[in-house]
Amino acid sequence: MRKRLVPAMAVAALAAFTAGAHADVIIGVGAPITGPNAAFGAQILRGAQQAVDDINAAGGVNGEKLKIAVGDDVSDPKQGISVANKFIADGVKFVVGHYNSGVSIPVSEVLAENGVLEISPASTNPRYTERGLWNTFRMCGRDDQQGIVAGAYLTEHFKDAKIAVVHDKTPYGQGVADETKKALNGAGVHEVMYEGINPGDVDFSVLIAKMKDAGVTVVYYGGLHTEAGLILRQLADQGLKATMMSDDGTVSTEISSIAGDAIDGFTFTFPPDPRNREAAKGAVETFRKAGFEPEAYTLYSYASVQVIAEAAKAANSLDPATVAEEIKKHGIFKTVLGDRSFNEKGDTTNPDYVVYRWKKGEDGKYNYNQLP
Amino acid sequence: MEYFAQQVLNGVTLGAIYALIALGYTMVYGIIGMINFAHGDIFMVGGFTALIVFLILVSLFYSVPAAVALLVMTIVAMLLTALWSWLIERVAYRPLRGSFRLAPLITAIGISIVLSNLVQVLQGPRNKPIPPMISQTYEFGGVVLTLKQVVILAVTSALLALFWFLVNKTTLGRAQRACEQDPKMAAMLGIDVDRTISLTFIMGAALAAVAGTMFIMYYGVISFSSGFIPGVKAFTAAVLGGIGSIQGAVLGGLLIGLIEALWSAYFSVDYKDVAAFSILIVVLIFLPSGLLGRADVEKV
Repeated sequence: MRKRLVPAMAVAALAAFTAGAHADVIIGVGAPITGPNAAFGAQILRGAQQAVDDINAAGGVNGEKLKIAVGDDVSDPKQGISVANKFIADGVKFVVGHYNSGVSIPVSEVLAENGVLEISPASTNPRYTERGLWNTFRMCGRDDQQGIVAGAYLTEHFKDAKIAVVHDKTPYGQGVADETKKALNGAGVHEVMYEGINPGDVDFSVLIAKMKDAGVTVVYYGGLHTEAGLILRQLADQGLKATMMSDDGTVSTEISSIAGDAIDGFTFTFPPDPRNREAAKGAVETFRKAGFEPEAYTLYSYASVQVIAEAAKAANSLDPATVAEEIKKHGIFKTVLGDRSFNEKGDTTNPDYVVYRWKKGEDGKYNYNQLP
Repeated sequence: MEYFAQQVLNGVTLGAIYALIALGYTMVYGIIGMINFAHGDIFMVGGFTALIVFLILVSLFYSVPAAVALLVMTIVAMLLTALWSWLIERVAYRPLRGSFRLAPLITAIGISIVLSNLVQVLQGPRNKPIPPMISQTYEFGGVVLTLKQVVILAVTSALLALFWFLVNKTTLGRAQRACEQDPKMAAMLGIDVDRTISLTFIMGAALAAVAGTMFIMYYGVISFSSGFIPGVKAFTAAVLGGIGSIQGAVLGGLLIGLIEALWSAYFSVDYKDVAAFSILIVVLIFLPSGLLGRADVEKV
């Protein structure tokens, strides 16, 4: 591996030199341009492209123009690595990507060794920024940041209620539940029950009788939609009127068919639609004028480029390591997603989750809406 | 006290479903000394059949009284699942009857995989829900009894009574017991051993189908993999009670249900399976043939 990297680095150094001579800053966009997630790849590419065009129109960065290089990872880690090597060879210093956490994680190691900064608009797995790499950043939230939002919501609305925290013993479910518990305890709210269930369990009657006995009125569940739906259904069966809250793993219309009428009032955390943000107004209009609907990750990608450009300006440098330092200590960036800042790990410190609630609509069907 | 009563009730309901499935394991073991690992999936097929019957009923008649729907679901599920089981026995187990003992065990595992994958391909990998069918609850001094639980307990008791009568008081039952004791001798005395074995599989599958129907009514969802965990638990119940013993299967089922419920009620829900299996191990150390098993049964 080392041996192969040496020529790659030599080429990279050479390429960086020539790129410098051309006075262009190349931003690599690594995303699934083809394959099952191609729709998200298109969003990421489009978002980055638009941001580059807008920044160049405003005079570029430190007197240099930005330029895009595209790498198609097909959502495959192996493809991701070859895209990364190609970027390095082409003198790319900043990468916007990748979409899948499974691609972003291995790719970031190759990029770190070769002095390239990576900022992902979409990878939410905590591990991406948890390995102590200098070059990893993300615009989106982390799976475990949901707990903070859920904890704050529960503290605000159910401060004196008896809360049960339940999880499905998976890294994801238990992770989210533990973060929520931490946030609750930090605010002085202590749960009366903390239990783990098995994914695949169907009988929660004992758990619910236990909750009843403890006088529980609020249930926080960390896990996926099947068990959440069953718990809701059996809560209603057992006549326990409790408010249940969960995470983005329950966002599926299937949960309402499992839970039936018991879905009414079920709350969960999920990222908000960035298109509704005040800061995104201008960019959204530009996209729509060009006939492109800036859905899902488009604006996250746009903001990623903004962050790189702004940090490079502030640091008055185009060296990735310097820019990385700047991003971490810069404070607030004004982006299309609103004000964003980053911590030492490279995560955004503005947890990007809001609370949604299921409610019966006028047509008699249940649906979920973001709470005001 | 109410809390204890409530948890016992929850445990007994769960145990009743385990007991229905466990009977199929124990009967088949009793008669041919083979563990039918596909039995959990037979249970799942029964549940799926009930679900499909329910959906057909609802689409044909829009609103069906719950009692009628349940009756039709149970009967159709019993018939079709019994047919499956008969077919499986005919195709996968009978040709291997003279073979070495592990051969039918391996085909049973194969059949288990075939059934769950078949359902996955035909019905998709997602959970299939049905709307809640009956939702009445009764309260007795703080203990909540749901009508679903009443149905499960009533149906299970009725079936067990019927089943006990079949095995102990009819010619068929006598033939079964004869084949269990000595198939060669039974054959010499004019009992059609193959037919008796087929009937055993049919009866076990019919009981599993009832358990499947109760499962879909009680929990409201089923998926292709729903047979695995109840199947393992029911097998444990059969072993705990003494495999081969019919009373043992019922006792074992109820015990496993109760252990799970009471352990989760007073200790942690996390370790309920650990508790159930630890008790199984302890019982087997002291009573190697289970609680009601006969130590003297010798299989060839």
